[in-house]
Amino acid sequence: MIDERFDAIVVGAGMAGNAAAYTLAERGLKVLQLERGEYSGAKNVQGAILYSDMLEKIIPNFREDAPLERHLVEQRFWMMDDRSHTGMQYRSDDFNEEKPNRYTIIRTQFDKWFSQKVRDAGALVICETTVTSLVQNGEGKVIGVRTDRKDGEVHADVVVLAEGVSGLLGTRAGLRERPEADKVALASRKCHFLPSETIEARFNLKGDEGVVIEAAGTISQGMTGMGFIYTNKECISLGIGCLVSDFQETGQTPYDLIERFKMHPSVAPLIAGSEVKEYSAHLIPEGGYNAIPQLYGDGWVMVGDAAQLNNAIHREGSNLAMTSGRLAAEAIFQVKSRRDPMTAENLSLYKKMIDDSFVMKDLKKYKDMPALLHTQSKNFFLTYPQLVSKAMQDFLRVDGTPKIQKEKASLKSFVSARSWWGLAGDAVRLARAWR
Amino acid sequence: MHIVVCIKQVPDSAQIRVHPVTNTIMRQGVPTIINPYDLFAVEEALRLRDVHGGEVTVLTMGPASAEDSLRRVLTFGADRAVLLTDRFFAGSDTLATTFALATAIRKIGETFGAPDIVFTGKQTIDGDTAQVGPGIAKRLDFRQLTYVSKLVSADPDAKEIVVERRSEAGVQVLKSKLPVLVTMLEGTNEMRRGTLEEAIAATRAEIVTWSAADAGVEDMQKCGLRGSPTIVKKVFAPSARSEKAAFVEAEDQTPAEALVEAIFERQPALQEDLAALAGGY
Repeated sequence: MIDERFDAIVVGAGMAGNAAAYTLAERGLKVLQLERGEYSGAKNVQGAILYSDMLEKIIPNFREDAPLERHLVEQRFWMMDDRSHTGMQYRSDDFNEEKPNRYTIIRTQFDKWFSQKVRDAGALVICETTVTSLVQNGEGKVIGVRTDRKDGEVHADVVVLAEGVSGLLGTRAGLRERPEADKVALASRKCHFLPSETIEARFNLKGDEGVVIEAAGTISQGMTGMGFIYTNKECISLGIGCLVSDFQETGQTPYDLIERFKMHPSVAPLIAGSEVKEYSAHLIPEGGYNAIPQLYGDGWVMVGDAAQLNNAIHREGSNLAMTSGRLAAEAIFQVKSRRDPMTAENLSLYKKMIDDSFVMKDLKKYKDMPALLHTQSKNFFLTYPQLVSKAMQDFLRVDGTPKIQKEKASLKSFVSARSWWGLAGDAVRLARAWR
Repeated sequence: MHIVVCIKQVPDSAQIRVHPVTNTIMRQGVPTIINPYDLFAVEEALRLRDVHGGEVTVLTMGPASAEDSLRRVLTFGADRAVLLTDRFFAGSDTLATTFALATAIRKIGETFGAPDIVFTGKQTIDGDTAQVGPGIAKRLDFRQLTYVSKLVSADPDAKEIVVERRSEAGVQVLKSKLPVLVTMLEGTNEMRRGTLEEAIAATRAEIVTWSAADAGVEDMQKCGLRGSPTIVKKVFAPSARSEKAAFVEAEDQTPAEALVEAIFERQPALQEDLAALAGGY
């Protein structure tokens, strides 16, 4: 065991762990951060989009040296059937601002930068070290961690669990349940390298402008899931994810899914001639508000993906991770400043802070959405996209059929597929879940 | 016993891309690793120290970011790390590199005690020349043992070392006087993991950082691009070679015989070589 004591041990060096470690160290606490990867970012996978506001609250001048790819000026949403997509698109020159709101990033590079900030702030960052279990005293209070290194036990006043979506440590210590298969998605992602000029030409961009495409429909083969295409400087990040339980039930494979997505006639020309140099996959918490475990206890707090904090509807995860890490650190700092012990009662301050923030408010707003999309997945991801696509094509194809007849046919196709009751029910359910 | 290990931070060759138009290696965004061969040298040095006592000093030349690699070696339990970094060293070929490293090793000798053994990996995975180890030995006037697969024994009192060296024809057992330079082959040992205490100490350790002047370099003309007679004329990515695939059918023979026959048919020279080697068989 290590004799030296720390104020806080942060387990994990992803967005949440780095935000927590940085905030704690910045406020003068003695912090030990443990990461199993060879370096911070080695194990981290994300699309990835960075939300400036949440990072600014931690590192205000991050734009000066953070490795950013492109700032986003355009968002496209595609509802896809096998041969078409019906799109909605928003682009604004307002996003070409002095301090852009969203950027694409490459996590391996970004996390190295973030980790350096954590070190510069004074935290002790130890990589290639896996935390195997939490050390608890007789009363169940968490007093430290055990690692896979020899003589690898180390103690602290509080442990920040930023261990990621699978939550193994918390589960082993009995602080939470393991995430269920219908509450996590498995997303795989590929990086397609292309010269920056080619990317700019294909996506109608200039300079560092970037585009996001979110896609849903038959590409997920009736499973609950989404695809994405993000533009980086010299590569296109493309991926698709679906609920793990859907993969289990259908026998679909992630690699088939992503290959089919890439071959879709709307996607293939965007990545034509590119070279794949990266392939990664990761679990994403999708259970929403109802899947959030206990966030604090005697001697511990839980942040980021480990706490299942992910807004599946808005595809926001890293900003919830950063914000929860920061708030947990601020709560710990307040308790520490008062010279109070790190008891569950005192650490409940973190829960109060996160409840008051956009994190819980957003997740609460959509609390019924994950279950709705899951139970109605066949309708939302197969039936409707196909109906919409058919209706759009009929509307646009000029063949001498009177328009009134076309409209009637389209309406009839919706009604015969879902019935009036079904359509009304879907609308009501969707409206309720959105509320 | 004082042992110096030279390591190099290299781009992870598994992740290197060649620019499709300019044919240059795109290093941007490519993660760096410690040259894999060097890790076997590090472990061998640590084992010698553990048995015979003394210190292991790790040395690298490179940009400031090479500190990461040094720190990583410290987590394994090395005693000291020296980073040789200076813009004068930029663009060094193997000749200029051996000059800089040999100068630094002399300085390490003056500062921390004369080294008995200097280790390097057999070669780096980015340059693949295998010239730097022998070049250092020549400049330091050390004996050299290259392609070493095993350290059989070391005797610090008698100032002797016995190693196994892999050569094309077999394994040579060689004895050498110290000081000596050893280049290690891959797969010779298994890298240890340091304790948590060592990992923490490594993270906090002060890296000895020397400029060219600090290391005692006097003749800057021998450094970096100016000291490098090697000129890279062109870099290109090999085009994929298409080899004909053939389906070999065994009729009267065993599948192995049919396969060997088919290979010899296409590679008659190989058949002759093997026949010569096989001698009387």
